[in-house]
Amino acid sequence: MIINHPLLGPRDAAEFIYLGDASLIDRPDWQDEGADEKFYEYGYLRDNPAGEHQELWYHEQGDRSWLVVTRNTLTHEISKVELARDVARARGRSK
Amino acid sequence: MRYSAFKILTQGLTGNKGWKPVWREPDPKPEYDIVIIGAGGHGLATAYYLAKEFGITNVAVVEKGWLGSGNIGRNTTIIRSNYMLPGNEPFYEFSMKLWENLEQDFNYNAMISQRSILNLIHSDAQRDAFIRRGNAMFLAGADAEYASAEQLRQELPFLDFDNARFPIKGGLYQRRGGTVRHDAVAWGYARGADSRGVDIIQNCEVTGFDIENGTCRGVETTRGPIRAKKVAVCVAGSSGRVMAKAGMRLPIESHVLQAFVTEGLKPVIPGVITFGAGHFYVSQSDKGGLVFGGDIDGYNTYAQRGNLPVVEDVAEGGMAIMPIIGRARLLRSWGGIMDMSMDGSPFIDKTDIGGLYFNGGWCYGGFKATPASGWCYAHLLAKDTPHPVATEMRLDRFKRGHIIDEKGQGNQPNLH
Repeated sequence: MIINHPLLGPRDAAEFIYLGDASLIDRPDWQDEGADEKFYEYGYLRDNPAGEHQELWYHEQGDRSWLVVTRNTLTHEISKVELARDVARARGRSK
Repeated sequence: MRYSAFKILTQGLTGNKGWKPVWREPDPKPEYDIVIIGAGGHGLATAYYLAKEFGITNVAVVEKGWLGSGNIGRNTTIIRSNYMLPGNEPFYEFSMKLWENLEQDFNYNAMISQRSILNLIHSDAQRDAFIRRGNAMFLAGADAEYASAEQLRQELPFLDFDNARFPIKGGLYQRRGGTVRHDAVAWGYARGADSRGVDIIQNCEVTGFDIENGTCRGVETTRGPIRAKKVAVCVAGSSGRVMAKAGMRLPIESHVLQAFVTEGLKPVIPGVITFGAGHFYVSQSDKGGLVFGGDIDGYNTYAQRGNLPVVEDVAEGGMAIMPIIGRARLLRSWGGIMDMSMDGSPFIDKTDIGGLYFNGGWCYGGFKATPASGWCYAHLLAKDTPHPVATEMRLDRFKRGHIIDEKGQGNQPNLH
């Protein structure tokens, strides 16, 4: 697989480390009502879809940026690559 | 029809005209006591033990493709019970004992060969860890044997003992481990279940669950609705897809594991050899091909194929530990989809939906578990209580903090 890095251009997926579903960006607030249930779901449950999947890749052997890659889990086709920082900010995170 | 040497002889002398189809191809009935989803190794074993050990025969096994078309036909055929944790090891040893008597039990030649499995040791710390695991295996009634480097030099002279990065300092044997003709396991269980009245319905994909007021009443399929008192999901690899139809999220990610076979060679490898430090394991099939593999690719996927970096990694591991493999030519490679769970251990449990049961999360270790998985799932379905060796394989164990994490990796499925 080739990941088209937004800053560096096309890079071999072997340069990256895979973390998992990009929902890991949405860490619950530990002071929320029912935070224990939210952290259980955050830590352990996954959608695991067959089809389009947003996921976190870390460019360990490159610029060490975190990316959100939109990839099809049936075909391995990558349709979108964004900096995780931009995605997190768009979702209202400060960084 | 009971198979025997006498039968082969008489059939051979009479032109082999008396062999019958091994199982029926029935149409689905409108209702069953239990519908099992997935006619793979585990699903068929579940149906077999439900009929044979628990006397429940009004059972259907529905399968979207053909019988045995999933991971039972895509694995590297290894059986072993060399785990450590109390939530796992008694289960896998139970499975090993079932393997040892399986061919007599279901009257089918599964070519079970207890040719040993060896885990290589490269450091003092690893030796300590493996000996600890060996002792844990003794506690569950399994066998384990420490082998010194000198002994291994005699037994396996082709290994690279003086590898600069991973010199071989010894190994942990399980002599009762070995290999099995994997497809025959599916066929044997299918035949045994079918002959006891279980309907195995192929080309019948489940498209939804019939759930009323929190209770599952049956399934919708491509061959019409089938009602059931209990519905047993058994589709490891596709668990995420199937359980999503019931609105459930699971502590599972789907990953691909690749495997490889070389051309046929004369006998060179006596048992199964694992080089965990180098992401490589190998055995030799009865046809002579070296069967080997390594780590999972490491990203979510439902495609039954992997990518080249892992092919390279596995080949490097093989060359590092047994350089003679470099002269063998690769015949074919393939990928199978694994239910990688959050702690590397499986689930055999009820769900929060009444009448809906779940078996999955087998990671890359489902094949060896086939008999015990079937037996324990059948026990749960028949009695609504878990089998004594499967009490910890619960879906809610993460919420309760009772994880079964052999490697201590935490909730990162691609590291297990």
